[in-house]
Amino acid sequence: MPSTLYDKLWDSHVVCREESGECLLYIDRHLINEVTSPQAFEGLRAAGRKAWAHASIIATADHNTPTDHWERGIEDPMAREQVETLDRNIRESGSLAYFPFQAADQGIVHVVGPELGATQPGMTIVCGDSHTSTHGAFAALAFGIGTSDVEHVLATQTLLMHKSRSFAITVEGELPLGVYAKDLALTIIGEIGTAGATGYAIEFMGSTISQMSMEARMTLCNMAIEAGARTGLVAVDDVTIDYLKGRRYSPDDSNWNAAVDYWRTMRSDDLATFDRAVFIDANRVRPTVTWGTSPEMVVNIQGQVPDPEMERDAIKRQGLERALRYMDLVPGTKMTEIQIDKVFIGSCTNARIEDLRIVAQIVKGKKIARRILQALVVPGSGTVKRQAELEGLDSIFLAAGFEWREPGCSMCLGMNSDRLNPGERCASTSNRNFEGRQGMGGRSHLLSPAMAAAAALTGHLTDIAEGLS
Amino acid sequence: MTPLVKEIGQLALLDRNNVDTDAILPKQFMKSIKRSGFGQFAFDEWRYLDTGELGVDCSERPLNPDFELNQLKYQGATILLTRSNFGCGSSREHAPWALLEYGFKVIIAESFAEIFRGNCLKNGILTVTLAKETVSRLFDEARLHDEYKVTVDLEKCDLTLPDGTQIIFTIESSVREKLLNGWDDIGLTLNHASRIREFEESRQSSLPWLFSK
Repeated sequence: MPSTLYDKLWDSHVVCREESGECLLYIDRHLINEVTSPQAFEGLRAAGRKAWAHASIIATADHNTPTDHWERGIEDPMAREQVETLDRNIRESGSLAYFPFQAADQGIVHVVGPELGATQPGMTIVCGDSHTSTHGAFAALAFGIGTSDVEHVLATQTLLMHKSRSFAITVEGELPLGVYAKDLALTIIGEIGTAGATGYAIEFMGSTISQMSMEARMTLCNMAIEAGARTGLVAVDDVTIDYLKGRRYSPDDSNWNAAVDYWRTMRSDDLATFDRAVFIDANRVRPTVTWGTSPEMVVNIQGQVPDPEMERDAIKRQGLERALRYMDLVPGTKMTEIQIDKVFIGSCTNARIEDLRIVAQIVKGKKIARRILQALVVPGSGTVKRQAELEGLDSIFLAAGFEWREPGCSMCLGMNSDRLNPGERCASTSNRNFEGRQGMGGRSHLLSPAMAAAAALTGHLTDIAEGLS
Repeated sequence: MTPLVKEIGQLALLDRNNVDTDAILPKQFMKSIKRSGFGQFAFDEWRYLDTGELGVDCSERPLNPDFELNQLKYQGATILLTRSNFGCGSSREHAPWALLEYGFKVIIAESFAEIFRGNCLKNGILTVTLAKETVSRLFDEARLHDEYKVTVDLEKCDLTLPDGTQIIFTIESSVREKLLNGWDDIGLTLNHASRIREFEESRQSSLPWLFSK
């Protein structure tokens, strides 16, 4: 019987199946950060247990770490304690690799894993972070877990899971100039809703996806969780294999050919059937931006703030009204008239080298608008930072008026001091526009790096496609 | 974890879709390396008028009178009723830790985000999913009364409303059994340790690059 990519990944990791249908799934790679792991290690110790396979672990500090003044260390005592706790825990458990605060390759775990070749097709990858879906771009079954499950994986190298249903999202055609994977992701979430794929594993397929770089595929899979899917997948092709060649933790020469042969099987069979399917015409996707407090509250940049009166479902209408109040927006306002106070370019969604190159190309030789209080560029990792500096991108950002920071999660969730103040409005390349997400009372508009760059230059939300045509 | 067989408690209403885990427990509290102490910060940005930080004495903080759960009738409530996609967003288990410490043992909703639901069940919080119309009816009924106590019986998989009406719910048998017994997943899984080793060894011989270095 023809199988989907998800079926293949699932079946190849089932250790045993309970009568209830629940399966014990073997976990190949365990990514660990400082925020969601301390209680898991504590539980492990309390039960007198040890890490089952320390060589599956890649750990780094990313959520809490400062992105400036590294010479001062971590000034927040709580954050410092959490990061030092990770140091101690990893020293005790062992790991394949650990990138502590200020290590050369430290960074956001979902940027670090792939760029070092530690994310490979056919693997199961988990992390105490919902954006673990990012790694599905490599045809790996990757999903976020809570801290109890972090402990479960540490202790047993497995997880008890019910299989999800399968969901094919087919995208055909060419994305227009100025339209990127982020716009596509926001468009899909707008179409199916933030719970649209709950209970499903998404596979993104079609000619548009085949033409995408690994960076763009990661952006798309990263946002799968904002549509409710724990997992977003893309099949293996030459782009995947070329990307993995020669990376630090990629298979060495003695195993490379065997690995590639295996990886090539990581795609859905031609006749495989899915539980649900959606088709998207790439040619019709436009630069897209969120107006509200949920990633499904999206609108074409040429559109207007929606009118809740048009919504017939009373609960949804109240949700829209609440979002409008929080965002301080009036229905009918043109999106391009919304003025911006801060710009954030970063996060596991959009802080890879390709993202930074796109921004640099747009802001080169220009200045950010006078009304912008702060414009941050936060590279996803030390590796991204070095590469950007090698290409001179840092000088372009600094000359334009951006701050060039050290790597980390930064203002995506504002656990460190990079955050919005009450009432501030931000053009952000991150993934969540929830109330208070980037700082209490802060207002987030999610968009692509190109759109963030354009907003920084003009001081208001701006249609990048207009500037390019 | 503590077994959950039957819960009789006041129903508290949070009439919103898409309540995310950032709202349930804002990020600044995730700097704690403990599992406890989060209950006083549950829904912090909605619940209080000032900004909360770890270590502050919440009994002195000004409460937001407009926040539903601050109403007198909901103090001591153990069952939360909400709408769709509850617990979306971040995978932080700090959110269910906070809800449990706040006092909620059962959450009834139209739908839950997956990671959040799993986290609840691992901490002994029962999630009950009901049809949209049933949830709406519950909201309408409960609004009419100050005291509205519901009985949730996990053995029978039903809810009993104050007027005696019963509503049946479904839940995976494995999940039900674990909650009823308060079983620790890790202990159960380690009963399969030899099968995990076997699986690992066969994987290592067929896909050696996954285990190199």
